[in-house]
Amino acid sequence: MAKLNINGRTRDVQVEEDTPLLWVVREQLGLTGTKYGCGVAQCGACSVHLNGAVVRSCSIPVGSVKPTDRIVTIEGLSRNRSHPVQIAWAEIDVPQCGYCQSGQIMAAAALLKRNPAPTDKDIDEAMTNICRCGTYQRIRAAVHKAATIAQGAASPAGRKAKAQA
Amino acid sequence: MTRTARSTATSLSRRKFIIHSAAAAGGGLALGFQLPFGAAPAAAQGAAAKAGAELNAWVVVRPDETCVIRIVRSEMGQGTHTGLAQLVAEELECDWKKVSTEKITAGRNYASKRAWGEMSTGGSRGIRISQDYVRRGGAVARMMLLQAAADQWTVPVGELTVANGVIAHAASKRTTTYGKVASAAAKLTPPDPKSITLKDPKTWKIAGQPLKRIDTAAKLDGSKVYAIDLKLPGMLNAAVKACPVFGGKLVSFDEAKIAGRPGVRRAVQVNDAAVAVVADTWWHAKTALDALPIVWNEGPAATQSSATIAERLAEGLTATQAYAGRREGDALKAIEGAAKKVEAVYSTPFLSHATMEPMNCTARVMPDKVEVWLPTQNAEASLAAATEEAGLTLAQGEVYALDLGGGFGRRGGTQDYTRQAVSIAKQFPGVPVKLTWTREEDQAHDFYRPISQCKLAAGLDESGKLVGLHVRLSGQSINAYLNPPAAKGGDDERQLQGWWKQPGDAQLGYTVPNLLVEYAMRNTHVPVGPWRGVNTNQNAVYVECFMDEVARAAGADPLEFRRALMQEHPKHLAVLNAAAARGGWGTPLPAGVHRGIAQFMGYASYSAAVAEVSVSDRGEVKVHRMVLALNCGHAVNPDQIAAQVEGSVAYGLSAAFYGECSVDKGRIVETNFHTYPILRLAEMPKVETVVLPTYDFWGGVGEPTISVVTPAVLNAIHAATGKPVRSLPLKNVKLA
Repeated sequence: MAKLNINGRTRDVQVEEDTPLLWVVREQLGLTGTKYGCGVAQCGACSVHLNGAVVRSCSIPVGSVKPTDRIVTIEGLSRNRSHPVQIAWAEIDVPQCGYCQSGQIMAAAALLKRNPAPTDKDIDEAMTNICRCGTYQRIRAAVHKAATIAQGAASPAGRKAKAQA
Repeated sequence: MTRTARSTATSLSRRKFIIHSAAAAGGGLALGFQLPFGAAPAAAQGAAAKAGAELNAWVVVRPDETCVIRIVRSEMGQGTHTGLAQLVAEELECDWKKVSTEKITAGRNYASKRAWGEMSTGGSRGIRISQDYVRRGGAVARMMLLQAAADQWTVPVGELTVANGVIAHAASKRTTTYGKVASAAAKLTPPDPKSITLKDPKTWKIAGQPLKRIDTAAKLDGSKVYAIDLKLPGMLNAAVKACPVFGGKLVSFDEAKIAGRPGVRRAVQVNDAAVAVVADTWWHAKTALDALPIVWNEGPAATQSSATIAERLAEGLTATQAYAGRREGDALKAIEGAAKKVEAVYSTPFLSHATMEPMNCTARVMPDKVEVWLPTQNAEASLAAATEEAGLTLAQGEVYALDLGGGFGRRGGTQDYTRQAVSIAKQFPGVPVKLTWTREEDQAHDFYRPISQCKLAAGLDESGKLVGLHVRLSGQSINAYLNPPAAKGGDDERQLQGWWKQPGDAQLGYTVPNLLVEYAMRNTHVPVGPWRGVNTNQNAVYVECFMDEVARAAGADPLEFRRALMQEHPKHLAVLNAAAARGGWGTPLPAGVHRGIAQFMGYASYSAAVAEVSVSDRGEVKVHRMVLALNCGHAVNPDQIAAQVEGSVAYGLSAAFYGECSVDKGRIVETNFHTYPILRLAEMPKVETVVLPTYDFWGGVGEPTISVVTPAVLNAIHAATGKPVRSLPLKNVKLA
């Protein structure tokens, strides 16, 4: 039995405490946007936000997550794919097969939250998830683009445009 | 209770499966312009009528103007669905914004006598093999829609024009739309598709454009359902473990040891070499399987190792007997008598595909029906495998092919995971069972890129001209494993891919007066199969790196040395020149940065690359920039071609730097991404793609460019260090 705060809602799940958060999210909560890739925190396909920071959910036992911890999965990142990272991903046409992209997007969103204008080096260090299709070049471009979009939205002009929309 | 493995009467040999699936796939290519409605269930016909007017196998137009384009090729990220839809929409003259796509299942294709043709998606053929008949499908639909409007207005069809799905008659200033005339059009007799002249690509407005992919949105918010995400009512989950030694068998497993674990239903035998635990959730199944005591009979292959395999391949390099794929002039004599000789031995390892979505398949078996939901590159092979494993006819099967989380050749004809899922589900009649492999199982049971070694010898005359080239390849044959008749007696042309004499597919781009290209088949117990680029990758490394060694021995610039040998191969040469020009060959570079170049042909396309690389004092390699040039004949979507080229660089560099499946005690050593590393973003070079289509042939896109990535980088390392790299991966090579 565990009580989890997921995407802003409190959910009770019947599950053994050593079950990885990934499998609780996928199998108990039915949120399958978070993917299994390796199970050993290597690939990042299972990336989610835990209190705003990106973590690899395949290696976090659900018993270690407190009811007050805020978990956000790809399904909870935004409404209508409106997060700057999702907008940028669409504009650059980043995904190929798409399987790793939930994790990539969550990693990028966490990066921009703590570093709104990342350099290439910052992106190198933060974006360590594996993409087997090799979309890395577009991921890099899209992170920069998302930073620009987010800064536009945060500027006085951007806020005004948003208010009018 | 200990259960002993029983011999499975239904367990079928690989050979039998191949024959079966070949029979299922060998019915010729039916051009489906008139869907045989007689074969479709009446209920489906009713639903289809409500869904819109079916103009032919490829096009349905709905009253709301939506143009539904049918697709049978698999989408695994390579963009084929977008490209095929562009081609049909181009001829259809519909509004691109109103295009949607629909997948046809293998069962429906079978029931319709293959109205949609073959479904296999491999060998970079998704677009180039089907482009002609799908374009004709679009054109036929357009002509029928125009005819219906002409009939309605009683005007000659030649007076009508159409753009974006709006039909106009200028003289009477009337307009109508596809949605309005579609049901009348569907009743007309279609024109003979072969009588149609397709559009000149120079006039393309939808095809040929760098349009955005049609399938991106659901990949951004987690809503896309891959087969691994599937949840059916009452579904159980399974985890599987096969004997880690290839060819080994299951002896027994002690189910009592996992009795009472949460959610566990049963442990079951899977064919004769694997065991599965079935539970309510996959995590319960997986952890119970980890705790299950299993006894294997590992068989004779348990003595095999990378060292024993290397020894066997090395023997093939000098063996008397070998298949001579090319023998022009007398290469041995020419080299013997040459003023200067160059010799080298190269090698490349086994590689796993490591698709991000591990192997998985959901199966439901009933007495008279088997259904599977899975990622597959060949839904017809899935149908053949599932029905055979279930002991049913092809007509009693159905395949729901979900878009793949990566394919790369792993999920084509072999369908081992499909057989396993059906084998498990058979033991739970009527209950859908989802089998999901762990990453460890995925690494341990692949159809690996075959291992090979290559001995090359060249002779130069006093002026530095290449007078003779001898290439002796020794290694494992994919055909010997998957299609034995094609490798009979070791005469396996496919292993020499990229060195062929005949033009059009994988032709060697050099003219050498005395040339001997040989293959000594040396098979191992490790299963092998196609891996993005198949044999072009290894063969390009061998010849293109050796070509640099020979150029150096001749005191020539590697580009100029190649150019001199390529005068009779203008298409190869044009692509090489394009890469050299964009890559700034011969222009100054920052200190410590060096260039390498390579060219190769595969999948009917011509590729070349220039790499800029530095090697640190500690021997660390950094690839800064890569320029790739590609002539794939027709460029259906330049931006998606660029995406494939960029991806091929990442896939190729992963192999070059890290890729290695080594063998110890008969099994694969590398179990997960910590020991089988994959290139990460920080290591990705800047990639520039030059697409130069000549529009006189149709070539592939997904695979061709990967072949030139590694040799260009290795040649740049050679330039940096002065020493050639002759074995991969680079992680094992000391460069400082």
